[in-house]
Amino acid sequence: MEMFIQTLVAGVLIGGIYALIGLGMTLIMGVMRIINLAHGQLMMVAMYITFLLYQYGQLDPYFALLIAPPALFLVGVVIQKYFLNPLLKIDSIIPQNQILMTVGIGMVLTETMRFIFHSDYKSVKTSYSSATFMIGSISWNVPMVVAFGLAVFLTACLFVFLLKTDTGKSVRATAQNKDAAMIMGINADWITQLTYGIGAGLAAAGGTLLLPIYYLFPDVGGPFTLKAFIITILGGMGSTVGAIVGGLVLGVAESLGATYISMALKDAVGMVIFVLVLVFLPGGLKTLTKI
Amino acid sequence: MKQSYAKIAVIALLLLFPLLITSDYYRHIFIIALMWVVIGSSWNLLAGYTGQISFGHAIFFGVGAYTAGLCTTKLGISAWWGMLLGGPMAMLVGFLLGCICFRLRGSYFNLATLAIAEVFRLVAIFWRDFTEGMQGILIIQTFRSKVIYYYLAFALAALCVFTFSRVIKSKWGFYFIAIREDQDAAEALGISSFRYKSLSVMLSAFFTGLAGAFYMNYMGFIDPEVVFSLYFISIMAILVAIIGGAGTIWGPPVGAFIMVLLQELFRSSFFGIAPKWVSEAHALAFGLLVILVIRFMANGIVGDWIKIQSLWTREKVAPSVTSGN
Repeated sequence: MEMFIQTLVAGVLIGGIYALIGLGMTLIMGVMRIINLAHGQLMMVAMYITFLLYQYGQLDPYFALLIAPPALFLVGVVIQKYFLNPLLKIDSIIPQNQILMTVGIGMVLTETMRFIFHSDYKSVKTSYSSATFMIGSISWNVPMVVAFGLAVFLTACLFVFLLKTDTGKSVRATAQNKDAAMIMGINADWITQLTYGIGAGLAAAGGTLLLPIYYLFPDVGGPFTLKAFIITILGGMGSTVGAIVGGLVLGVAESLGATYISMALKDAVGMVIFVLVLVFLPGGLKTLTKI
Repeated sequence: MKQSYAKIAVIALLLLFPLLITSDYYRHIFIIALMWVVIGSSWNLLAGYTGQISFGHAIFFGVGAYTAGLCTTKLGISAWWGMLLGGPMAMLVGFLLGCICFRLRGSYFNLATLAIAEVFRLVAIFWRDFTEGMQGILIIQTFRSKVIYYYLAFALAALCVFTFSRVIKSKWGFYFIAIREDQDAAEALGISSFRYKSLSVMLSAFFTGLAGAFYMNYMGFIDPEVVFSLYFISIMAILVAIIGGAGTIWGPPVGAFIMVLLQELFRSSFFGIAPKWVSEAHALAFGLLVILVIRFMANGIVGDWIKIQSLWTREKVAPSVTSGN
């Protein structure tokens, strides 16, 4: 029983961070109607930035949250403006050009980082990296708890942005119906760029939060892109609440899989969930509710 | 008429190639290029003509390759039997994939195929008793000389392109294009989208599986990361078809040769002429190539051939009424 609760706790904590990354992708999905297959790679770039700040600037990763996500926000806006947007005007047999472009961008990001930093595993060892505290007989990993807390905070900020601010409402409007939003006077191009930037920024935040826990190497982005879209599909494309639930579900499922089946198959759990969702619940969890 | 002469000349050149060039290195590049003609054309049939953009073509390639490999490890017979069994095996997998995925549209379908390819890769890694896991399957090649493999690959490519061109010009071809253009309208006209999509995926999978079995026999070694690879099989197939021209018959063959030659150019630092770091950055070059192709050449060389020609002749060419767009 204890092991079960411990597993659940670990799953929820990591799930919160997964949810942050998934939120980014689902936002992009909602507004641009494409899967951003460079999502994990954007996160990886943020991790390298955080690592460099730690290595050379002695800056604690959690303070890098003020630097890396905004930096990736700008990168995201540039990517959208110069690489993805122009594709909308090209008429071709394959409509999924934008998705392929994100694949290319993801690959370029990975290989550029590999070229600069080589494939060495890097890690950040802070004073609290392996600290834990106990509540009852359950041990809580300090970096993960802090990461979870910050992830919750950032998610709350995102919700305030989307629900209460004018720009946020514009984003939601563009996601619901781009043409109607343009008629209402919203600059859809700019909103799309903003959204891609926010999505990249959220992925960056997830990466920065994960750095004390995860090893860093150029290929770390791939599995996270996969996780992000499993969460997106699980929660329902474009549904922010779905992404949160999806992230938590994925985190817990992975944790349970790691404990009760095998550590090595942790990534496979996500794949299995994905195929099950596709076959039995194609619209995602969103279709179960009316959100 | 000029077009046919050009095609005959190219085919004759390809036929004579291994006799003219005796370097095994260049023969290898052309063999791989011919293999990619098959894979690219197969992807093109499913995606360019039937509109089902699969991001997981590695499934069929890997199934074909492992069928051939397992012939040796599990059944104790020569891997050449895999050439006979690999195609049908992949066809079956294609049909099952269709049953699960064809109800999905657009991005969902893309992701589904991508995820299922990853599932196959993970299964191949972890089911060690069956597939030897990351150890891979190693066989001894039957022929020392690459010439035989070259002609085998050429025969495969020729058969593939010929079959597809017959299929596309037949009624099936029209049904495929109808489904690509507007699936609901096609259904309304009485075209069973499931049946024709299944036929398309089965044909596509058959040849890709054959190519996989050929790969096993030719290279002698496979492992899950190579044959089920997302970037170097699935995405490569997409690029081959797109750079050549999706939705055309000769697009993928052209694209295959371009992609393989370009990749090898970068990997070998332009055959030793360029500085060493070019070779280290070859994967980066591949990624940049993806971006450039999608951004500037979305219809491929064959697809945009008229536009490209007009750069030469500087005359304004009206878009053809009969071409795909």
